[in-house]
Amino acid sequence: MSAPSSRRPSAAPFSWRNLCYQGALLALLGGLLFYIAGNVQSNLQAKGIASGFDFLLQPAGFAIGEGVFPYTAGDAYWQAFLLGIENTLRVSGLAILASMLIGSLLGLGRLSNNLLVRGVCTAYVEIFRNIPLLLQLLACYALLTALLPGIDEAWQFGHIYLSKSGLALPVPQWLDGHWQIDYPQRHRFAIAGGARLTPEFLALFLGLSLYTSAYLAEVIRAGLESVGKGQREAAAALGLSHAQTVRRVILPQALRVIIPPATNQFSSLIKSSSLAITVGYPDLVSIANTSLNQSGRAIECITLILLTYLLLSLLLSGLMGMFNRRAQRWAS
Amino acid sequence: MALSPSLDSEIRRPRPRPARGIGRWLRHNLFADRLSICLTLLIGALLLYCLPPLVDWAIVKAVFRSDSAACRLAAGEGACWGVVAEKYPAILLGRYPPGEQWRAVFASALLLAAIVATCRWINAGKILIFGGLTAIFGAFALLRGGWAGLTVVDSSLWGGLPLTLLLAIVTVLGACPLAVLLALGRRSQLPVIRRACGGFIELVRAVPLVSVLLLVAFLLPLFLPAGSSIDVLWRVMIGLVLFAAAYLAEVLRGGLQSIPRGHLEAAAALGLSYWQTQIHVVLPQAIRATLPALMNNFISVIKETSLVTVVSLFELTGALNLALIGDVEWREFYVEAYLFVAAIYWLLCFSLSRYSQRLALRLRTDRSF
Amino acid sequence: MNKTLVTAGLLFLSLISLPAQAGKTLDSIRQRGEVICGVNEALVGFSVADAKGEWHGIDVDVCRAIAAATLGDARKVRWVPLNKMQLFPALQSGEVDILSHNVTWTMTRDAAMGMHFTSIVFYDGQGFMVARKSGIQSLRDLENTDICVQSGTTTEKNLSDYFRARKMKFRSVVFANFEASIKAFLSGRCQSYTTDATSLLSLIQRASRTPGDYVVLPELISKEPLSPAVRRGDDEWFAIVKWVINALITAEEEGITQANVEQQKVHGSASAQRLLGHQEDTGKLIGLDREWAARAIAAVGNYGEVFDRNLGAGSPLNLPRGLNRLWRDGGLLYAPPIR
Repeated sequence: MSAPSSRRPSAAPFSWRNLCYQGALLALLGGLLFYIAGNVQSNLQAKGIASGFDFLLQPAGFAIGEGVFPYTAGDAYWQAFLLGIENTLRVSGLAILASMLIGSLLGLGRLSNNLLVRGVCTAYVEIFRNIPLLLQLLACYALLTALLPGIDEAWQFGHIYLSKSGLALPVPQWLDGHWQIDYPQRHRFAIAGGARLTPEFLALFLGLSLYTSAYLAEVIRAGLESVGKGQREAAAALGLSHAQTVRRVILPQALRVIIPPATNQFSSLIKSSSLAITVGYPDLVSIANTSLNQSGRAIECITLILLTYLLLSLLLSGLMGMFNRRAQRWAS
Repeated sequence: MALSPSLDSEIRRPRPRPARGIGRWLRHNLFADRLSICLTLLIGALLLYCLPPLVDWAIVKAVFRSDSAACRLAAGEGACWGVVAEKYPAILLGRYPPGEQWRAVFASALLLAAIVATCRWINAGKILIFGGLTAIFGAFALLRGGWAGLTVVDSSLWGGLPLTLLLAIVTVLGACPLAVLLALGRRSQLPVIRRACGGFIELVRAVPLVSVLLLVAFLLPLFLPAGSSIDVLWRVMIGLVLFAAAYLAEVLRGGLQSIPRGHLEAAAALGLSYWQTQIHVVLPQAIRATLPALMNNFISVIKETSLVTVVSLFELTGALNLALIGDVEWREFYVEAYLFVAAIYWLLCFSLSRYSQRLALRLRTDRSF
Repeated sequence: MNKTLVTAGLLFLSLISLPAQAGKTLDSIRQRGEVICGVNEALVGFSVADAKGEWHGIDVDVCRAIAAATLGDARKVRWVPLNKMQLFPALQSGEVDILSHNVTWTMTRDAAMGMHFTSIVFYDGQGFMVARKSGIQSLRDLENTDICVQSGTTTEKNLSDYFRARKMKFRSVVFANFEASIKAFLSGRCQSYTTDATSLLSLIQRASRTPGDYVVLPELISKEPLSPAVRRGDDEWFAIVKWVINALITAEEEGITQANVEQQKVHGSASAQRLLGHQEDTGKLIGLDREWAARAIAAVGNYGEVFDRNLGAGSPLNLPRGLNRLWRDGGLLYAPPIR
């Protein structure tokens, strides 16, 4: 894809015809909106479906399996939504970091002069890119739940337990005015306490990281390939050390090529985290879907999903823009 | 980002050289320097450790006949390809009525032929569009029935590979005209049109496909007048088309930007109107320049169609779950079934991505193309 | 080129025939010649398709009875298998005429989600299923465990209520999709799976090759009255569904069976003759002909027969009638008089 040109379309000279075109479009859009709003209203009324955002303040009444914020089933819908956003951000954030790491290694590996390294990395990229993410997630989840041991024979490493109910870790906890560590404990039918990384989280995290890293590998490879050999030769001629060459010459140019498509990849990772609904991880979409079924407020719940993702996407592009500027400044 | 010390040799992929002696070839490709030697040994050891058990599992100890008792006996040691032998009609064709399945097979063949023909005669333009529409039309008629004595098969029973292909092709073909309008609109000189198109594109690109599917599944019926209803398959297609159009429009915009200003000025000098300029000068070039990107988009759409199982359309991925869960005998062997479906997707997507790479190369080298 | 495109487009559009639907449900049913019935995708005893694509179950028989009453032919039903997620939109949007889908009757659903529940066809309660080898004996053992549950159900909320009231902790593992949640349970991901007790028994039937591997815990934690539902805004259709169900229950009270319906029409008690349209035309009260109930009973039998065939002694589930006995036998079934 070519880089967007900075050339803005020049303003058209004033003409009645252009005005008419634009007026017609506005009228069409307005009419469509009016038509839909009218239909929605009469449908809701005729079928006696309740509407409005007031349900957000009512108790949600359903439990949510994981999340860092404290939440109980007695809390309100808006708190459930907040927990969903938190879960979405947690899994996407960690998956972005992991995919950056794996993707960089793969990208370098694909440029390696070692045939074996190149072959393995190429195979990885070609396999993971050409299979739908959903299938990979389902397979990941099926494998995790099949391979991990049951609660009664959980693998134990010190205070850490790994079983079908996930990875139980000790976690510091603020209790009775001082910090203390909450260790997971094995009971007869369950492992209680501690923090938990559930198989649902692990499957989603693994699936998203493995899939996105295949794409990032290609982005990073293209970025590094875009810096011509002459650049490095020139740097060497100027007497720059290897570290200097990498930092002052290669990275600034490569990053300029890498950051925009990488941003796209991160953004699509965050969006893909909505596939959580298929592996039972309570992300925003999954919680909104539950709320939708429990409260019957379809319009409101789906609007909340759309708005949140719109906000997240704006946030991400802002952050990456900042990072891009920072990276350029750091390099020069 | 850590770059290895041997960056200079790594940054350019080595050109294949005529090998002079196997030792030299090995040294060059596997044991060039210390790092390379370490990596070769490491990966070699890993492969030696992993591959034999894998081959053992997948081939040597695997059960190939459709015998669930034998499969259970081999469980854990050998793969059960019997599940594929037993379930492939259900996975490939979903819930399509057993007596009528030849129709679904023909429909898939028609759609696959359309894809192959598109790749073969990518230059053919009009004929191609006409052919593509005929294929879709034919596939629909076959699947739906209701003519020449064929019984009507309700669209809720369509599934498996034909549904995957149908959704993907209809999505891309339907999205193309919309994407052209959106891309042109986004570059329009008229501010209202520019903003409306830009707003739509950015909005759609910001939200996940799952949410769009939920929207068409839950909300679209509320948007329509009371008493009218659209089948869920059509609603999902509308959602997919709108979603894909926003992405295609961005791809096309890249192509539009690549057109030299001189062409527009020349068209203006010839006295061509806006639409004449777009149709005869701009679009043909833009579309040609973005063909590989369009192809990649098609690949994404094929993969994305798997998401429609969220709203209970049973395309390939959904049909797989449906085929296994209800059957106590075969339910345990989903790993093999997943691999089977993954292989189908992979074959389809990998060959298309290879084609797209070749196309890109051809575009770069062959000016006359 | 443009002309070809336009023609092709028009042809294409004509193929996408939008199923238009008239305002009144009964009219459109008569017009299209079939009742569209939303049923559970697969739940033995309630609705499940066999290898030949034939549907069986108590929910299925309710729809058959309605088709027999309205169209005169129990086979004129189009089955639309729905998962929990599609359930309510499918009814609201008019995709289905009736939801006969083991749905629990609750106030929110009845008052604020665009539907009316008609008449209870099955009284159930929420139970828990565990693997026998886990050794879990009662709900108390479930503290701190993982519990698989389907999202958007009353089950999900009852579960939270029950544990919260007893200050017990648990982790819910929630799937939107029924198959996914049951798959997670069978893989050992959760220590228990919860839904309506009868559904659990039905699940055990097909969950494992050796049904003894799973047991249902003795405690039931909720009331789950299951009832077919129709769209709001069509009182006539609402009345038809309600009274067809009542007719099946009344038939059991009167001893009218699939086998003796013709004979009862002439020789039965006064109320039996009234029900079967011999003495009185009750059909015209709900826009049907006088034989409506007779046809429904002839098609599926009375409530007792429907129960026995699908859930009771005549089925692999072999459930006791329990709460679903007639009121005079100590159960809850009590149909208002048909007169």
